[in-house]
Amino acid sequence: MSSYLELTARQRIPAVFDPGSFEEFLPPSARVASPHLAQLDSPVSFDDGVVVGRARLGGHTVFGAAQEGGFMGGAVGEVHGAKLVGMLRRAIDERAHAVLLLLESGGVRLHEANAGLIAVSEVMRAMLDVRAAGIPVIAVVGGANGCFGGMGIAARCANTVIMSEEGRLAMSGPEVIETASGVEEFDSRDRALVWRTTGGKHRYLLGDCQMLVADEAQAFRDAALAAIAAIRDPRLTLDELLAEQAMLTRRLDSTAGLQEPMDIWKGLGIDDPARVPMLDADAFLQLAAQHRAGVATGER
Amino acid sequence: METLNYRFDGGDRSLAGMPQLVGVVGSGNLEVLVEPAPLKGACEIEVRTAAVGFGATWQAVMADFHARWRLADARISINDMGATPAVVSLRLDQAVESLLPPASGGPA
Repeated sequence: MSSYLELTARQRIPAVFDPGSFEEFLPPSARVASPHLAQLDSPVSFDDGVVVGRARLGGHTVFGAAQEGGFMGGAVGEVHGAKLVGMLRRAIDERAHAVLLLLESGGVRLHEANAGLIAVSEVMRAMLDVRAAGIPVIAVVGGANGCFGGMGIAARCANTVIMSEEGRLAMSGPEVIETASGVEEFDSRDRALVWRTTGGKHRYLLGDCQMLVADEAQAFRDAALAAIAAIRDPRLTLDELLAEQAMLTRRLDSTAGLQEPMDIWKGLGIDDPARVPMLDADAFLQLAAQHRAGVATGER
Repeated sequence: METLNYRFDGGDRSLAGMPQLVGVVGSGNLEVLVEPAPLKGACEIEVRTAAVGFGATWQAVMADFHARWRLADARISINDMGATPAVVSLRLDQAVESLLPPASGGPA
């Protein structure tokens, strides 16, 4: 058993996809690095912090990417985003069986300003184009840097989001909230609070991620295989969007005034919410099965 | 940023296989790209580092590296974000080992 969290992007690829099957597009030897960072006299990376290519998963041709959280927090610059978009478009051209994105990103690389913002929006559009072409898109969030900002939104453009408890998914990250709204609003150094608010268990209970697994590369691989097999029609429909909006409206109403995730869990019917962070993945999934938001109504 | 270039002749160990990248460009870390390249038997190293003014230290670490491995026809490219000499040496060894056949032995 090996921790997914501890692996680099390049180590995650062979741990999740069929070993030896990965063919990288624009590998480091192509030296397609960020021109913006070079202009700023900042260090660049030969792959601009993302590995993209074509592999096999359970024998099927599955396109994929892995963001490297160790390089600028996995932040998306112009080249990084263009590599993701190019891979996604090629997945459509080559009729991929599915796309699997191993996400770890703080969002837009602010050094690259508008080019980074545009890059993230192009990634979202390309993900939805892949789905519109009838190809499932699966996002995995299990890295130490979590998945925030524009990439947090991009993750939710996928058919299925798979997380570990250690993974985090949100829009503004803890430090951003504290900087913008004050430490009284959110104490970014309170790690337990950070994980209660953005971590995989909270996201699973709220229905923001569809699968929760232990922090093991094999568990993510198995979940990705199961997720792809379970998707009947990956296309996004208007009915689905309307249902999502209705769910978000109900969530806003039912959590109005609540300041603490444990109060929200209590509202979902969990009698002893303080236990939730201590449970391992299996015990948590057993508990969550009865209380997860939207489970009764079939919402996702 | 500072760019440093080194060239070592007289190596006798050739690499085989696809280019390999090890390490990550993060604080106190570096990435090392190692590639077989027709360089008339030389080993060329290019370092781009965020820590300006450590040329003498890099020279010593690279000379030690060449003495250990004696690579021929190899191109090594480094993006560095302030790694210490020990980390640089470990990453270089890791990069070379990723391109050597298992039975070809370790450093001298």
